[in-house]
This record gives sequence, C-alpha cells and structure tokens, in this order.
Amino acid sequence: MLKIENLQASIGEKQILKGINLEVKPGEVHAIMGPNGSGKSTLASVLAGREDYDVTGGSVLFEGKDLLELAPEERAAEGIFLAFQYPVEIPGVSTTNFLKTALNEIRKYQGQESLDAVSFLKRMKEKMKLVNIDQSLLSRSLNEGFSGGEKKRNEVFQMAMLEPKLGILDETDSGLDIDALRIVAEGVNTLRDGERSFIVVTHYQRLLDYIVPDFVHVLYKGRIVKSGTKELALELEEKGYDWIKAEVDALV
Amino acid sequence: MTTPIDFKAQLIAEFQLNETRLNGESRSSLHQRRRLALSRFEQLGFPTIRHEEWKYSNVKNLVSQEFNITPSAEISHEDLTSLEIPNLAGNILYFINGQYQPQLSTIVSPADEVEILTFTEGYKKYPALVEEHFAKYADDLNDAFTALNTAFAQYGAFIHVTKGKVVETPIILRFISDARTENVAVQLRNLVIVEEHASVKVAESFRTIGDFSSFTNTVTEAFLGKEANYDHYKVQDESEKAFHIGTTQVHHSDKALSYDTTVTLNGGWVRNNLNLVMGGEYVEAHLTGLYLPNGKQHIDNHTLVDHAMPNSYSNELYKGIMFDKSTGVFNGKIFVREDAQKTNAYQSCKNVLASPDATMNTKPQLEIYADDVKCSHGTTTGQMDEEALFYLQSRGIPKDKGRALLMLAFAEDVVEKIKIPAIREYLESAIAKKVGEV
Repeated sequence: MLKIENLQASIGEKQILKGINLEVKPGEVHAIMGPNGSGKSTLASVLAGREDYDVTGGSVLFEGKDLLELAPEERAAEGIFLAFQYPVEIPGVSTTNFLKTALNEIRKYQGQESLDAVSFLKRMKEKMKLVNIDQSLLSRSLNEGFSGGEKKRNEVFQMAMLEPKLGILDETDSGLDIDALRIVAEGVNTLRDGERSFIVVTHYQRLLDYIVPDFVHVLYKGRIVKSGTKELALELEEKGYDWIKAEVDALV
Repeated sequence: MTTPIDFKAQLIAEFQLNETRLNGESRSSLHQRRRLALSRFEQLGFPTIRHEEWKYSNVKNLVSQEFNITPSAEISHEDLTSLEIPNLAGNILYFINGQYQPQLSTIVSPADEVEILTFTEGYKKYPALVEEHFAKYADDLNDAFTALNTAFAQYGAFIHVTKGKVVETPIILRFISDARTENVAVQLRNLVIVEEHASVKVAESFRTIGDFSSFTNTVTEAFLGKEANYDHYKVQDESEKAFHIGTTQVHHSDKALSYDTTVTLNGGWVRNNLNLVMGGEYVEAHLTGLYLPNGKQHIDNHTLVDHAMPNSYSNELYKGIMFDKSTGVFNGKIFVREDAQKTNAYQSCKNVLASPDATMNTKPQLEIYADDVKCSHGTTTGQMDEEALFYLQSRGIPKDKGRALLMLAFAEDVVEKIKIPAIREYLESAIAKKVGEV
C-alpha cells in the first residue's frame, strides 16, 4: 500500500529525514516512536504534503502512485488522512459544513456523485457514536474553543467520516488524559477492518496499550534505527531511548 | 485651447445659478443654512493629502475630472433588472442620479408609523422639524465634502419615525448613478429622525450603471431620541470608475441603541465616514464594516465614536480582504470626554492581504480624558492562515476552494449580523462570488 524508499527531507537548510525506508501493507498498524526531534512528525507531515518541507531525495509510492507528485488534497482524495497533533481552529466554518465539503470534494476526485443531505446525515450519526462526539460540538466552528480531548476526538471522527485507506496519527495521544485517550483509541480500533492501515506516531508507549501495533519502528536522527514488534515498544517504555541512542551513536 | 476644469468653481457657479431659480425659497432658513455651508466649502476647498484626515486618500483624480453636476434621470424598469436584489421586500425607494423615482418605488408602511418622503417634500411638510435637525450633526465646518453636500442639500430621503412606533418593515434606499452617457456627479442628503422609543431599519444601497465615471457625495444624518433603536446599513457595489464620499452621522440621546453596518463590495475610490456622537447616557452603539476591494480599488473607512456622556458602550469591528493591487484605509477614532466616566469602548480591525501587492493602512486613535473607563483596540493585517489552509487541503479540499472557504468564514462575522434577510443573502452570494467560491 505504502512504500517509502530512502526518503530525505529538509526544512530550510536543515536536513531532518536522512533516508527513511518503510513498507506498510493493507491492514497493518505501524508505530513510529522515537525521542523528541527525531523526525517523527516531519515524516507524518511530508506524507500528508505539508509545504514547509522540501523533499530532497527518495520516493514514496502509495498504491503504486508517486505520492510526492500529488497536492495535499489529492493525497487526501487518494485515501491518506493525517490526524493533526495540533488541530487548527477555524472560526466561522462548522465541522458539519467542512466535512460535507471535504467528503464531496473527495467523491468528485474519485468520480462519484455528491452525497445527498440525508445520506450525509446518516453517515454523521453513525460515525458520531464511534468517538462519542456530540452533535452540538459539530455545529460549532471547527475546533474553536474545543478542549484538547474534543479536538482529538474530532480528528478521529473526521477520519471515520472520510474513510481513508491509510490513517496517520501524529502524536494523537499528546495532551490527553487516560479517558480521552481510551475513547480516541477505541475509535481508531473500530476503523481497523483488515484493509485500512495506520501509521501511529507517538513518543510514549501508553497509546500502544490501546492501539496495538503490528510493527514498531524507532526513529532517531532522521533514520529508522530499529524495527520490531509491539514488544519493542514495551522495552522502550521500560528502558527509555538512551540505550538506542548509545547504540546508534557508537556506530558513527 | 482648453483650460483645466476647476471643479470647485463649477460647483459654486451652479449653486449661484440654482439660487436664482429659487424665488421665495431663497429666504428660507434652510437655504440660509445652505449658503453658510457653501461659504465654508469655498473657504475649505478640496482637501489634499497634506490634510491629516486625507493622508492616504487623494482626491486629486476626482476633482480633476469633468462631471455633469445636474445629470438627468431617465431610466426604465428594464434598465434596472441587473441591479435587482432578489426577494427584497419593504419600503423601497429608487433614486436615479439623485432624483426620486416614484414609479419604481414602493412605500408600504403607514404614515402614522413612519413618514417616508423625499428630502424636499419633508421640508415642505415639516419645516420646523427639518430646521431643528438638518445640518446640526454632520460637521461642515471642517469637512469640505459635508459642506458641499449641505450647500446642495435637495436630493435624498426624509424619514421620520413617530414616537413609540416599531417599524418592522425595513426602509431601503436605492441610490443608482446612471453613468451610461456621461460622467455624473450627485449630492445626496438624507435625514432620519427616530423619535423616543421608536425603532427602524434603514438600508442604503449604492450602485452604478454605465461605463462613465460617477461621483456620489452623500450625507445621512440620523437623530435618535431616547431609547430609540436604529439599524442602519450601507451597502456599496459601484463600478471601477465610481468615486464615493459619504458621511453617516448619528446622534444618540439617552439609552439609544444603534447598529451601523458598512459593506463595500466594489467601488473605484471610496471614502466612508461614520461618525457617532453620544449625546446621552447609557447609549449602546455597534459599528461593523467589511470591505473586499480588488483590482486597483481604494476603500477608506474613517470612523469616529465620540463618548461625550457617561455610561455608554461602543463596539466596533471592521474587516477587510484585500485583493490584487487594492488599497485600504481604516482610521478609527474614539474620544472619551472628561465627563464620560464608565465608558466601555472596544475597537478591532482585521485584514487579510489576499495578494502581495495589496496595501492596508490602519490607524486606531484613542483619546481618553476620563479615568474610569474600559477601552481596547487592536488591528491586525496579515496573509491567509497557511496552517488553516493546509488543514483544509489535508481533508481533500482543493487549495482555491479552501482559500475561498476561509475568506467566507472571515467575512461571515460581519454578514451574519445583518437583520434584513434579502440583503444578507444578496451579500452572502456576492461575497462568495468575489472570493471565488462560485
């Protein structure tokens, strides 16, 4: 589904990703862990098409298409969804209206008819239950004045509505208490259907107690320095990142 | 050989010519007031950019043009179809090049609720009332265009809302400059008197037809009695070749409540003055504005809130989206006089530069002479929020559409407060079109 080869990216003069290799197959959940500043969020942003980064080398294929050639909205329409670490507040645009526009733009790209009002509302109701989100929140301006937990739930709700093939969660656990974390994780888990894949970017193991990954990768200084299964995450939880840093730094 | 035209001399000559036709009316106190205003205009002359109030708005191109200052008004219903506002209902008055068009107009409110007349009819019917209020509020001592307007006061509307009457049906004044055959200049003067405990909604819509230049110099004075409610809209959608200078002057008595909303969709060169004087206590005033210039349009909003008495509240929000090579000015003055304790005055001006070539000049001016007051002001001018745009794109919304959506949301703050549904809907669709949503 997703094939990243030797991906390099920089912001200004500073190179952040120094050759990432990663393959994600349908239905798989990959966790990307690593210390602060290792490039985790950059990887998520580059995959979603954020313009602040320059891709300086490597390739990314998504379902056989060159992802790096596509605009952010085209990537979304191809089936990539980025759940933001800091969801943006947009005054004056209701979540409902925003999602209707987004959904219909994606359908247009895919050559489908717009969803009629009734079907749209039906879909909304259905997905609202997944993340336990309230109707009143959705008629308010997008993320404006939402609590941290409400913002993250709204991200997962949007993901449920747009039904991507690949969901990228960028530090979705940051700023959440345990109850909010559980709600968000359960929402994600219900979207795991054996076909949909996820990349879960996180600093901490605790999210992975709820969203159990198939693979865990450790990113350090812009490279994946260690890959393993969920046990690796537990090991990191226990021992921290220093031993990995020491291992890698010893090699240079 | 042609000599450069002197617009000022042309106007003064026209005034004198006009005077000879007045016969007995020339001795009326109204006309004496006009004369006084003309002499003030003569002294003041047109302002230059050396004048602090006109620093960013140069009238040079306006005063060097040749206009027919007494244009005729011949127009048919068909000519106006392109200017229609869908579903507009209420008291609708059409003025073409200043002249009232009864055959196009509809007045539905009963006269015991509100008298809606032309300025001239109003003076004939209620001379004492007009003399009591006319030219008492708008400043023709320092403002040349107001002086000029007062001197030529003749065309426009007279609105008198009877004490205690709540006029539900809005009054819509449609001022249309017909510049199909020549450059036209029009002076409009409106007088609105809202008696105690009365309430009214008045909208002024400015449009142009034709490819020639137009110059509109308009003054609307409103007197609000005790606990009067006044909802006033100024909606401008004029041509690239239109010059517009307007003053909206509002005088509040105790506990009066006013809303002034100014929306400029288009206009070649626009200067709007909105002056509020709180002559009473416990006044509440809301001032909102929205402007969306494109091309080389120039839009200048000058506002003045004069807290002359204690215990009043004013809240001001102006927003602009600047396209292409447009220029804009916001100058917001707030006076809090020595006696005006317990004043609450808020002002905010927010601008989005949708093009790197657009310019916005903002200047808040607070002069506070009382010590127990709450005042705040803030202005921002910046690019479109790129992070918000990326957020929309990451959900599948193309960049252009995302940008339009953000601009619409930005404008909606002002538009949603408009209480005449047909005008709100008309603006919503016009703005959507302008920001590229449609």
